Amino acid sequence: MTDLTNLTVAQIRDGHRAGDFSAVEVAEAFNANVAGAKALNAFIVETPEHALAAAKQADADRSAGTLKPLSGVPIGMKDLFCTYGVQTTAASHMLEGFVPRYESTVSAKLWDAGAGMLGKLNLDQFAMGSSNETSYFGNVISPWKRNDGGNAALAPGGSSGGSSSAIAARLCPAATGTDTGGSIRQPAAFTGISGIKPTYGRCSRWGIVAFASSLDQAGPMARDVKDCAIMLENMAGFDPKDATSLDMAVPNWEAALSSNLKGKTVGIPREYRLEGIDPDIDAMWDAGIAMLKDAGAEVVEISLPHTKYALPAYYIIAPAEASSNLARYDGVRYGLRDLPEGAGLQDMYAATRADGFGPEVKRRIMIGTYVLSAGFYDAYYTQAQKVRTLIARDFEQAFASCDVILAPTAPSAAFGLGEKMADPLAMYLNDVFAVPASLAGLPAMSVPAALNREGLPLGLQIIGKAFDEQGVLNAGLAIEERAGFNARAEKWW
Amino acid sequence: MAIDQATVRKIASLARIAISDAEAAAMEGELNGILGWVEQLGEVDVTGVEPMTAVIPNTLRLRDDVIDADPLTGGNRRDDVLANAPAAQHGFFGVPKVIE
Repeated sequence: MTDLTNLTVAQIRDGHRAGDFSAVEVAEAFNANVAGAKALNAFIVETPEHALAAAKQADADRSAGTLKPLSGVPIGMKDLFCTYGVQTTAASHMLEGFVPRYESTVSAKLWDAGAGMLGKLNLDQFAMGSSNETSYFGNVISPWKRNDGGNAALAPGGSSGGSSSAIAARLCPAATGTDTGGSIRQPAAFTGISGIKPTYGRCSRWGIVAFASSLDQAGPMARDVKDCAIMLENMAGFDPKDATSLDMAVPNWEAALSSNLKGKTVGIPREYRLEGIDPDIDAMWDAGIAMLKDAGAEVVEISLPHTKYALPAYYIIAPAEASSNLARYDGVRYGLRDLPEGAGLQDMYAATRADGFGPEVKRRIMIGTYVLSAGFYDAYYTQAQKVRTLIARDFEQAFASCDVILAPTAPSAAFGLGEKMADPLAMYLNDVFAVPASLAGLPAMSVPAALNREGLPLGLQIIGKAFDEQGVLNAGLAIEERAGFNARAEKWW
Repeated sequence: MAIDQATVRKIASLARIAISDAEAAAMEGELNGILGWVEQLGEVDVTGVEPMTAVIPNTLRLRDDVIDADPLTGGNRRDDVLANAPAAQHGFFGVPKVIE
């Protein structure tokens, strides 16, 4: 019998529907993989009973002829989504033991579609990080190793590193991620999987632990483009409980998938050619250009002149919003309380927040507090928001002459754990290609394109016009079909 | 503009995060590194540019003026609201004494 954990979401859905296997068999196979992969530290909480219950329901629904879009498919849930009755921590000490009495809109949609939950996936604390090393529950480890014979533990990317590691290691066929400045795309690239951040507002933010509300956007991560389309259809949709939710119909992205790019124009941003970048990255990018030409697309050079200012603008805007959003953790309503003997209310706030937040979270709250403080607001925050307008305008002008943009997802392959932790700035720079699309709210996805000379996966990024997830998915599919990426990490865990 | 340790302590106080002298010293370098780097934004000519307020054009909606229209976010959820409070008492959030 085939190993059920090698199947994609589409294959599980279709195979279950056809009666090739039961949903219970699928859930049990993935539960066993999850239980056997503690060394990856991808899950904060495992919920095999949830996956099994959904599987039993899926099998009953099949008998009754009432199958749902994701019946029989177990998935991983990033631990940033509130899940009713299941601990939700954002990988922080602050929320350790927090058990929501409500369900996030995105997770509720997935359960309503018949999916089951294998567990809550580890991440960077409050989604702040690019390597998963800021989690209070220990870093996730990538299943990938360099081919140099060494045994260095590699970062799975971040913040959705539990999601990327778990999918690459076949612990789940798909998972949710969230992307504020690359947190879906960069971990997908690091682990040889696919992931899409839809247009800002496609997926409801209700019930997702907030980081930077003008940037936060949920999206799926999976092994291929088709699975991303299937998952996104079941995550997106208007939600009156999120003031920035898009009141638009959810397209049938899966049905409209087409890798024929005849009549489409692909833009290549010249500012993304960084001096001194790993030649493997540029070689992969050039190969990607050739693949899209082969798919029928015309390729043009474009300019996004304010690219170099995207990261510094992001590192003002995101911390500013975080400092405001995270003010809610006060030791009063939920989460940790640290009340030193004889302390008053103000001392309790300060002690609770000192104890409950990790160093990176504190750093960002402090930066945010500073740039929003009286006397500095205009110099930092207002200036950054003006630059953000210019970055969005760059894209708007570029899209006058192209349909999608092709670029690398990250400037490097996965780095080793600990290699960048000493220098916050070096870590921030890893999101150089991912952040501009976030600032402009545009849909963007990463698809695996090649292995570098160390045997590690590299991802190509496709950025689309607002609301044009279809164009992004289609270009991604064209690359997927031509790159033929089927490498996987050899099992060591 | 570089910040000193006194400023670091001031920011920490505004952010309600207790920090030790050693942490303030370490953070002085880190924050200056980040702030020095973001200062390059000052080079950008933003004459006549409006600050971004919404990335995707959207209109702010008003919900219907109906009590408990959405049961999840409506009223009568006291026990749910208090379920995760570290010190819920008598149906309220408990806090240390604030009035002498």
